[in-house]
Amino acid sequence: MAIAGRDFRELRLDDMSRNFGTVNALKGVTLTVRRGEFIALLGPSGCGKSTALNCLAGLLTLSGGSIWLDKTRIDRLKPEERGFGMVFQNYALFPHMSVRRNIAFGLAMQGRPKAEIERKVDEALAIVRLSEQGHKLPGQLSGGQQQRVAIARAIVIEPPLVLMDEPLSNLDAKLRLEMRAEIRRIHDVIGSATIYVTHDQEEALSLADRIVVMQSGEVLQVGTPEDLYVRPARAEVAEFMGYRNQLRVGAARAGNRVAINGGAIRLEGTAVEPFVEGNAVAAIRPDDLAVAANGPVEVKTESSQYHGGYFYSSGRTADGVELYFRSDRRLEKGEPVRLSADPARVLVYSGSGA
Amino acid sequence: MSEAALSKPTERPPLRVRLALRDIDGVTLLVVPAVVFVLLLFIYPFAYGLVLSFLPKKGGWLANYAKFFSDPFLYDTIWSTFRLAIPATLINVLVSVPIALRVRHMRHRRVLTTLLVVPITLGTVLIAQGLLIYLGPQGWFNRVLAVVGIGHVRLVHNYTGVMLSLIMSGFPFTFLLTLSYLTGIDPSLEQAAATLGAKARARFVHILLPLLAQGLAINMCLSFVQTFSVFPSAVLLGAPAGETRVISIAAYQAAYEQYDYSMASAVAMIMGFCQLGVVILILAGRNFLYRGSAAGGKG
Repeated sequence: MAIAGRDFRELRLDDMSRNFGTVNALKGVTLTVRRGEFIALLGPSGCGKSTALNCLAGLLTLSGGSIWLDKTRIDRLKPEERGFGMVFQNYALFPHMSVRRNIAFGLAMQGRPKAEIERKVDEALAIVRLSEQGHKLPGQLSGGQQQRVAIARAIVIEPPLVLMDEPLSNLDAKLRLEMRAEIRRIHDVIGSATIYVTHDQEEALSLADRIVVMQSGEVLQVGTPEDLYVRPARAEVAEFMGYRNQLRVGAARAGNRVAINGGAIRLEGTAVEPFVEGNAVAAIRPDDLAVAANGPVEVKTESSQYHGGYFYSSGRTADGVELYFRSDRRLEKGEPVRLSADPARVLVYSGSGA
Repeated sequence: MSEAALSKPTERPPLRVRLALRDIDGVTLLVVPAVVFVLLLFIYPFAYGLVLSFLPKKGGWLANYAKFFSDPFLYDTIWSTFRLAIPATLINVLVSVPIALRVRHMRHRRVLTTLLVVPITLGTVLIAQGLLIYLGPQGWFNRVLAVVGIGHVRLVHNYTGVMLSLIMSGFPFTFLLTLSYLTGIDPSLEQAAATLGAKARARFVHILLPLLAQGLAINMCLSFVQTFSVFPSAVLLGAPAGETRVISIAAYQAAYEQYDYSMASAVAMIMGFCQLGVVILILAGRNFLYRGSAAGGKG
C-alpha cells in the first residue's frame, strides 16, 4: 500500500520511541503536524532529531509508539511504502544518473507514463531553478545545485511530507542564506508539510512555522519561533535559544517581579511559571545585558569581539562568575564596567538548572 | 607581479622548484625499488621469454607457434583451461554478490572475513590434499553416500575436483573484494532510493548493480587471471593427462620433461596472450559502465 498525494489533514506522532541497545535515542515523542506546516526539529547533536526523522521516513523501526497519517497507521510500513520525500544531509544523489534521471527516479518507480514523467521533471527543475542542468551528472554540479536536485527529487513525487536532514550543513555561509530562502519558497509553492532537522537556531527561527526543541531524546518545547525566542519554557530551551548567561542564583518573589541573588549579581527578573522560590536559574541574552554607568552588576572585562556595529564582550564578577554582554565600544582586558538588564528580559526558572 | 621578475624575465626558477611543480621531490625516490623490481623480475624475464620463444630448437622463428597450433594435444589445452577458468570465475564473482549483500549488514563481519581468509593462506596444495582425503573413494563423503544408499560419486581426479578446488581457493578472494566494493557504496543512496518508492529488487538493479559493475569487472579480471594459471590443483585433483590438461601443464612438460625451453616459452606466451585478451575484453566492456565515485554527494 502506497500513500500518495498531498491530501491529508495531519500527521501524528504518538509516543514515538526508539532504543539503540540500552540507549534511548527517542523517549516518547508526541507531536501533531498539520498539512502545509513547516516544522523544525532543533537540538544539539545527539538529541534524537535525526533519529526521529529516520523513524518518520521508515529507515528506522520504532521501539514503541506509533505514527499516524490521518486515520492510517504508517509506522509499520517500509520506507518505499510511505511515499515521503526525504532530503539527505549528504544529498545522496545517484552518482551514475543524470540530474533528470535522478529526479525522474521516484516517478519511474511508481510506473508513471513517460510523457507525465518528462513533464513533472521539467516542472520540478523549474521550481528549483535548474532547467539548464538536467543533462549533467551530480558530480558536475556545485554543492548548492546538488542540494536543489536533492530537493527536486524529493518533491517531484508529490509527497504528503518532505523530510529534510540538515540539508544546509555542507554549504558555505552565503549559499546557506540563499538556500534557506529557497527552501521556504519551495515549501510554500508545493504545499505539503515539511519537517526540517537542524542544530542551527537561526535556521529554525527563520524557516519554521513551529519549532520542536529536543534534548536527550525528549521534546522540551514546541512553539512558534517568536514564542521560543521571547519566552522559552525551560532553562535548557533558553540556553539553546541564545540565552547564553545561565546563572545559578537564589530567587524570591518581589511584587510581580523576582529578586535574584547570585552573590555579586543582584538583579530583578521575571518568573517563568511554574515558579517556586529558592534555587533558580536566571537566563539572560547577551543582547539584553548592556553596559550602563550605574548598573547593579560590576564585572572586569575578559574579552571583546566586534560583531559589526557593536561588540560582544565577556567579563567576570568579583566572585568569578562569567557574564556575556553587549557593549558599544571595544573594552580593554581588565577594564571594569557596570551592567544592567531590563527585568522583563531576565527569565528566572525554578530549579538548579541543567 | 614583482618588479624583479619583470626585469629578469629570462631567469629560470631553480631545478628543485621546477621539479616540485611537476610533483617530483625526494619522496619520488621511493618508487625506485618498485621500478627496479618490475624491470628485473617482470619486464626482463618476459622479454627474455618472448625472444626465446622465437628461437626454436629447429625450424624457422615461428616454428614453436606453428607446432603448438598444429598439434591438438597442445592447442586443446587452451580450451581445457578456458573450460575451467571461465566457469570458476563466473561462479566465484556472481555468487559473491548475494552473499556480500547480506554480510555487509552483519555485526560480526570481521569474524567471518577472518574465517574466509584462512583458505587463501592455506594454499592450493593443502586444499587439494584435504579434498582428496575427504571426497576420495574412501573419504567420508562417499562413505556417507554409500550408507545413505546413493552409491559412489566421483569428485576427484577429474574436472569436478579441479573446479571445487578453484572455487574453494578463489571464492574468499573474490568475496572479500566484492564486499569491499559493496561497502564502498554510500548506504544513503539505497535509503534515498527506498524513500523514492524503490523496492529491494529495484534498488539492487538501478542503484547497487550499476555502482558495483565497475568493481565486479576488476574482480573478474583478477579472478580469471588467477584461475587461468591453475597448475597444482589441475595436477593433484584433476586428470592431468586428460580433461584437465591445462595450458600450464603443457608449458611444464615442454620445459621439464622435454627440456625445450624455447617451446615452453612459446606456450607461456600463448597463455599470457589468452589472459591478456580476456582482460582487455572485460576492461573494454567496462567503458559502457559508470566509472565515477560511488558517494552520494559532497560530504
